[in-house]
Amino acid sequence: MTHLAQPAEAPASLAAAVAAGDRGAVARALNLIDDHRAAAHDRAAELLAALPEDRLLGAGHLVGLTGPPGVGKSTLTAALIRHWRGEGLTVGVLAVDPSSPFSGGAVLGDRLRMITPATDPGVFVRSLADRGTFGGVSAEAWPMSQILLAAFDRVLIETVGVGQREVDIADLADTIVFVAQPYSGDAIQVIKAGILEVPDILVVNKADLGAGARRTLSDLAAAIRPAEEPGGWTLQALAASAAIGTGVAETAGTIERHRAWLADSGHLVERRQTAPLRWLLARLVERFGRHGIGRLGGDGAVAERLAEAPTGAFALLGEYNRLLSQH
Amino acid sequence: MSETKPAAPAATRDKPWLIRTYSGHSSAAASNALYRGNLAKGQTGLSVAFDLPTQTGYDADHPLARGEVGKVGVPISSIDDMATLFDQIPLEQMNTSMTINATAPWLLALYIAAAERQGADTAKLQGTVQNDIIKEYLSRGTYIFPPAPSIRLTGDVITYSVDEIPKWNPMNVCSYHLQEAGATPTQEIAYALSTAITILDELKGRPGMDEAEMARSVGRISFFVNAGIRFIEECCKMRAMAAMWDRIARERYGVTDEKLLRFRYGVQVNSLGLTEAQAENNVQRIVLEMLGVVLSKNARARAVQLPAWNEALGLPRPWDQQWSLRVQQVMAFETDLLEYGDILDGSPVIEAKVNDLIAGAEAEMAAVANEGGMTRAVESGYVKRRLVESHTNRMRAIESGDLTIVGINKYTETHPSPLMTGSDGGILKVDASAEGEQIARLEKTRSQRDPAAVAEALDRLRAAAASGENILPASIACAHARVTTGEWGGTLREVFGEYRAPTGIDGVIVGRAGGARLEGVRRRVKETGDALGRPLRLLIGKPGLDGHSNGAEQIAVKARDAGFEVVYDGIRLSPKQIATAALEEGVHLIGLSVLSGSHLELMEEVRRELAAVGLAGLPVILGGIIPEDDAFHLREGGVARVYTPKDADLNAIMDDLVDVIRAHHGLDPSEQAA
Repeated sequence: MTHLAQPAEAPASLAAAVAAGDRGAVARALNLIDDHRAAAHDRAAELLAALPEDRLLGAGHLVGLTGPPGVGKSTLTAALIRHWRGEGLTVGVLAVDPSSPFSGGAVLGDRLRMITPATDPGVFVRSLADRGTFGGVSAEAWPMSQILLAAFDRVLIETVGVGQREVDIADLADTIVFVAQPYSGDAIQVIKAGILEVPDILVVNKADLGAGARRTLSDLAAAIRPAEEPGGWTLQALAASAAIGTGVAETAGTIERHRAWLADSGHLVERRQTAPLRWLLARLVERFGRHGIGRLGGDGAVAERLAEAPTGAFALLGEYNRLLSQH
Repeated sequence: MSETKPAAPAATRDKPWLIRTYSGHSSAAASNALYRGNLAKGQTGLSVAFDLPTQTGYDADHPLARGEVGKVGVPISSIDDMATLFDQIPLEQMNTSMTINATAPWLLALYIAAAERQGADTAKLQGTVQNDIIKEYLSRGTYIFPPAPSIRLTGDVITYSVDEIPKWNPMNVCSYHLQEAGATPTQEIAYALSTAITILDELKGRPGMDEAEMARSVGRISFFVNAGIRFIEECCKMRAMAAMWDRIARERYGVTDEKLLRFRYGVQVNSLGLTEAQAENNVQRIVLEMLGVVLSKNARARAVQLPAWNEALGLPRPWDQQWSLRVQQVMAFETDLLEYGDILDGSPVIEAKVNDLIAGAEAEMAAVANEGGMTRAVESGYVKRRLVESHTNRMRAIESGDLTIVGINKYTETHPSPLMTGSDGGILKVDASAEGEQIARLEKTRSQRDPAAVAEALDRLRAAAASGENILPASIACAHARVTTGEWGGTLREVFGEYRAPTGIDGVIVGRAGGARLEGVRRRVKETGDALGRPLRLLIGKPGLDGHSNGAEQIAVKARDAGFEVVYDGIRLSPKQIATAALEEGVHLIGLSVLSGSHLELMEEVRRELAAVGLAGLPVILGGIIPEDDAFHLREGGVARVYTPKDADLNAIMDDLVDVIRAHHGLDPSEQAA
């Protein structure tokens, strides 16, 4: 009856089952990534290294969806899922919720799962607590997104973001969608705060509320500057009402156009190739501070080491953990 | 002694309130026999409990209805059942209260059609449909459609009734379930009155609504409140509510006719405070709770129904219900209560308390208005969060001993109760064949009717739903065409869509200080998570149609406070959805809550679905109103723990959950925190 009685599953065969879209395998792979014991970490590294590289570098789409609480992110997520399912695409979702700063506990999945068809085999939703991570997206989000990317056509990472958190999600997603509410000024704040380069698409949700949405949209249009480089991506702003279904197809279409632009311009592969280094550096700063990275020889040395490491950032993090924890 | 006067002559006594018992189970025929028995015993009105498929618009053979048919009330699938339910009960003379909300237009249509079949003059019909959808989103959980169309249906019932069945109470604004969900008296007043305002404001905006019609509509709104054990405060609550309603009716809706200004309310006294331990004490609780709502003549209930002493144990037997009926009769006919004017008028203590409650309720009403009204405050989760907070505070006060509950956290020593030693264990066993028999009756109705008439009636219903025309005439036509409850609900689901309400648990603030016991549990949760490699994850699920989510929410909040990562997806989940969520979320443990009595059937199905996704061994715990015999079978069948209402120590439950997980993974039990 106990789990201990079961022999550990070989990472390579688990990776193959994940790539074949086996839901049970995806669940077990995510559990393994989450497992902090040293032996499990090594197996998780093997698992990640065994995922098909062509999928991880060139296929699928990692979409980050963020915005302040209460703007209807979950409703928009559910609407996008329905849209993609209608096109025959499978969807994996990683929903990140905040942990309680006192108990470390969390309430997860509230809302999202309730409005998503929970028994559709083409949809897989894993909730994740941010576990107090600086920057809002849990440390496990990037490796978990790789599992979902290997298994599903579209991967959506939903996080609550009001300030710095969008920066964090930008480290791991191909396309960032920022969801804002009419009247709130959130969207304008994003621009004013000087992090205009973070979102690729701004969606003013709850457009059924009328004039407020139109005004917010026109304020945005006035604030957006076109891309500086020729052929660059200009931030797109659009209105939607996920609750009544308007603007969802346009949002999905814009997400798709952004992906096409990324692929054509070579940015897709570049983003995906550099994501492991960004994730690794963020984890090292989190655990050991800039000082720790200094002891490893600085960002450049870590980057060089990663480029040579055959098993990737996850395995290297384990190695650095052991190294730096010894002192 | 010499001044003691003989009892006043009957002529000067006030008329007693309507005496009812909330009942119904198994089948229309069995419930009809029960009603006729109760009327023969001196009950003066009927109060119909419907089963969950009927309340949520499903036929008895719908997959979600499995295990729920005839459990918490009577199953009504069509006019054939409605006719059986009131067989030999002349509806023209009866006063019938129906606890029905999302499907209120349908059950009222069936009632009218059944009265027409009896040859009754429908203009004389008297009774009540609860028809308050807002508290369903907050507490009771039998909503179907999103708020906007639901409120429109509520309004349809009101305008139809005001015009066609003028003695009918078309909306019984309910604060009952808010108190069950933890509401304080000021919250209860504020949310009930805000709900009434929301509905009346919607009516005010309807085309053709003039001042006279509006005043009549205000006059037909009644209330359904809860009465708890703090009976003096409860009595003041009713006086406060009556005063506030008078002002709202005059100032907001311009009502001047004294008759239409009357604050009319019915009561079901508190179930939240009834205990499973030393259950006989519930009798005096019920008596005192009743006293609070009949004591003050100027704020006296129009109708009272009392729960049975053994409600926390399972379904009451006819004898248990008779006991509660006799409580009412002793109060009304033996005591001198009805011989006096208002005995509280002029008391400065009462007046101060009433003013206090009014001030608190007005502040909370302003907060709701600030959210954009009751509908918006429900959609945003504001009200639900407030309720979950209040309930959490109550549970903490019981745990800490600040709130005394005799038999629970004080005076727990007891002799064995002779009331519980009968072969039935002191509760009613529902006939397991009820579901199959109801499906057979449903199939008979389907096979005997004219399919063309059914199709035509449903087309008319669909058209009325889409056009905004009053839904009642088309629904009555459906009733006569022998349309089924599932067909009526399904047609409107197609037009309006379905809704899921916020659970309210995400925003509840956890205190830094949790006490030494909670700290101990947190440490064990953390250590066990570390030993297993990742934080402990718990799925809380409510399978079946039962929407009473208060218990599940309290466990979810407590588990988060204890450091678990909790996945809670709200009510009305199919066993397959629960198994799917357990797989996707990678949880260590599943906690299920079932209060409708269908725990055996649902548990079996959950187990089957878990096996189908490869999680056959995953530990499951279960909470609900579960008789000991059933609990024994469930544990034999592999359920790790079974919790019932007597398990009020949430820290102990959290400790237990850690034990279950540790045992499943072969870890040492380790020292208990408590």
